[in-house]
Amino acid sequence: MSLFTDPRWGEALSHLPDYLGNHVRVSLAALALGLVVSLPLAILTRNRPAPRAILLALASVVQTVPGLALLALFYPLLLLAASVTLKWFGVSFSAFGFLPAMLALALYSMLPVLRNGITGLNGIDPALIEAAKGVGMTARQSLVMVELPLALPVMMAGIRTAAVWVIGTATLSTPIGQTSLGNYIFAGLQTQNWVFVLFGCVASALLALAVDQLLGLIESGLRQRGRLRTALGATGIAALVAATLVPTMGRSSSGYAVGAKTFAEQYVLSALLRDRLQAAGLSATARSGLGSSVIFGALKAGDLDLYVDYSGTLWANQLHRTDIKPRAELVAELKTALAKDNITLLGELGFENAYALVMPKKRADALGIRTIADLAAHTSTMSIAGDYEFFSRPEWAALQKAYGLQFSAQRQMQPDFMYAAVASGEVDVIAGYTSDGLIAKYDLVALDDPKQAIPPYDAILLLAPKRAGDERLKAALSPLLGKIDITTMREANLRASGNDANSSPDVVAKWLWEKVGGR
Amino acid sequence: MPSRPMIGYAHVTKSFGALRAVDDVSLDIAEGEFLAIVGSSGSGKTTLLRLANRLIEADGGTITIEGGNVQDIDPVALRRRIGYVFQSGGLFPHLSVADNIGITPKLLGAPAAEIAVRVDELIELMQLDRASHRDRLPEALSGGQRQRVGVARALAAKPRIMLMDEPFGALDPLTRDALGEDFRELHRKLGLTTVMITHDMTEAILLADRIAVMRGGRLLAQGTPAELSASTDAYVLELLRTPRRQVERLNALLLQGGAA
Repeated sequence: MSLFTDPRWGEALSHLPDYLGNHVRVSLAALALGLVVSLPLAILTRNRPAPRAILLALASVVQTVPGLALLALFYPLLLLAASVTLKWFGVSFSAFGFLPAMLALALYSMLPVLRNGITGLNGIDPALIEAAKGVGMTARQSLVMVELPLALPVMMAGIRTAAVWVIGTATLSTPIGQTSLGNYIFAGLQTQNWVFVLFGCVASALLALAVDQLLGLIESGLRQRGRLRTALGATGIAALVAATLVPTMGRSSSGYAVGAKTFAEQYVLSALLRDRLQAAGLSATARSGLGSSVIFGALKAGDLDLYVDYSGTLWANQLHRTDIKPRAELVAELKTALAKDNITLLGELGFENAYALVMPKKRADALGIRTIADLAAHTSTMSIAGDYEFFSRPEWAALQKAYGLQFSAQRQMQPDFMYAAVASGEVDVIAGYTSDGLIAKYDLVALDDPKQAIPPYDAILLLAPKRAGDERLKAALSPLLGKIDITTMREANLRASGNDANSSPDVVAKWLWEKVGGR
Repeated sequence: MPSRPMIGYAHVTKSFGALRAVDDVSLDIAEGEFLAIVGSSGSGKTTLLRLANRLIEADGGTITIEGGNVQDIDPVALRRRIGYVFQSGGLFPHLSVADNIGITPKLLGAPAAEIAVRVDELIELMQLDRASHRDRLPEALSGGQRQRVGVARALAAKPRIMLMDEPFGALDPLTRDALGEDFRELHRKLGLTTVMITHDMTEAILLADRIAVMRGGRLLAQGTPAELSASTDAYVLELLRTPRRQVERLNALLLQGGAA
């Protein structure tokens, strides 16, 4: 199939008004907030070297924090703030999506605005400030009538830099629940949909370029005191903002929000859940690409209505339990515990997506390795790879302790690349997922865990507290419970791991429903 | 001499750190008088001028403007009633010629229409061309035109006092001569009291009624050119010798040329 006739372009395009609108909205709000905070600070500290140095140092420190980390930090911070305001004032707010993204991006935009603001104001010829005083201006009049207008071109250059940074970094706000052009990139990376990745990159680059050019026009207009350019640039910005915001403005955000974490199985399942709700006449949207630590909090706070999690994950991360119980028992206990938070554990989907140590089948056979206990004797000369969270999870500690594993090296990898890496021999063992279709594709084997160091990971359907009594929702979802066995899910995941049009989560979700719907 | 000087300095001192920029200076400037302050750079002449409209605050002594102690007048209000011409024009580069000229009346809250009339008046008075200069930015003007705008701006709020800090210093000799003459005429016509700083004794003699000589923060001598030549101070005499020598040399050269 030719690259240009790929139907995924059409699918990507259909998301554009939503993704672009949200992207522009959060960038604009962040930039506005950044300006409102930074410009007065620049003005206040222009003649005070000590506070100015501290301020610039702080802003520089913020800049050195990677964008993704800064965004991720704001989620727990706001969550904490929300719980405090709830306790003290009885009001709470959503720590999910727009707010943390806007705050983090605003912080990110401050350095160029501050630095250029201060440079612009300090760069004015002292003779002109003297002249302003001499003709009878007050300090305030001198600032407004002389200093700010003269510093404006330099300030504008800072705003321009900030705008480009914010637009670029906003693509990283997807994992904390803010829809953006990053949705293309995250979804594309996770489902090997390169059309989406390309589309997202090109769209955000074009947006940044367009804004940069328009702000550049305003800047050069201000520099050369050309009213036409300034007006043209300003009109262009206004038109761009209007064009991206208007199509999404009127749309109400009511309906069910279906969450999905950042891997292919979750994209497929959220598409499946969304389709089921829509088939039952309920409006629903998928909010994909959410960080594993963000998604549960978002459900609890009611920002999400439902999503699929895994029993072992909640057992360890939410209940902080390290003991291990059989599958059914663990789910039952989890259900009771979650009910205290008013979260409904509707039931299991039927399959398990546990961590498992995975290696090429041939190599395992050659070394006579069938279980993790067999593996232990060889690990001192072997390397292991896991996803970004595996090595900091309690399961890894439990595994190491139970079997005395001592690998010579450990690496973190994008989950979808791990399987190819172990198949090619780049690493010896990976911490894979039992439901992953790539295990069969690359002829790998998941090693047995005779000591049951890894807890069970049943896929379970969770409903937000506000949906506890929603019978229509439950009825729409109940046909899925217990219907998706591990073989079916592996096949679905394998399909989703392809990189052609049939591997899109929507298409795989439909295939999955055809398989399990009649059961 | 009238009973009350327009500007009065009495035992005024000002130090910057260890440097005594103005050291016990007493000087009266009468209404309608054109005073030139002459001295080399660092003599304290600019500091003395800026003390009058409180661009710099004095450490000691008393300064009066039209009889009132400047310390009792709000500095912003004081500066709005005194015209000040800056060394290199000090025009605001982002404002048109008209907006530069009209700035002080605007600060005083004059209606826009009134300001426009006043601006046109001043453009004419300063022999600028309304059609080609009024709405231009200062960068489009020549040095002489810019300084004319600077003078027009200082005159806009109809001050009775003009302070000028080497106003014609950076101009070519022809422009400088013409502008000096024009201003001298304006000073007379408008009944201004003018204090002008210059390091050029020739200019001072040609334009001013009286000359004050500053050196090392102290006022060495003051008086008409004729009174100054009676001074016994070596530095004052040295300053006066320069224009005289120039005239002698010029005469000699020109006569020689004529003879040839």
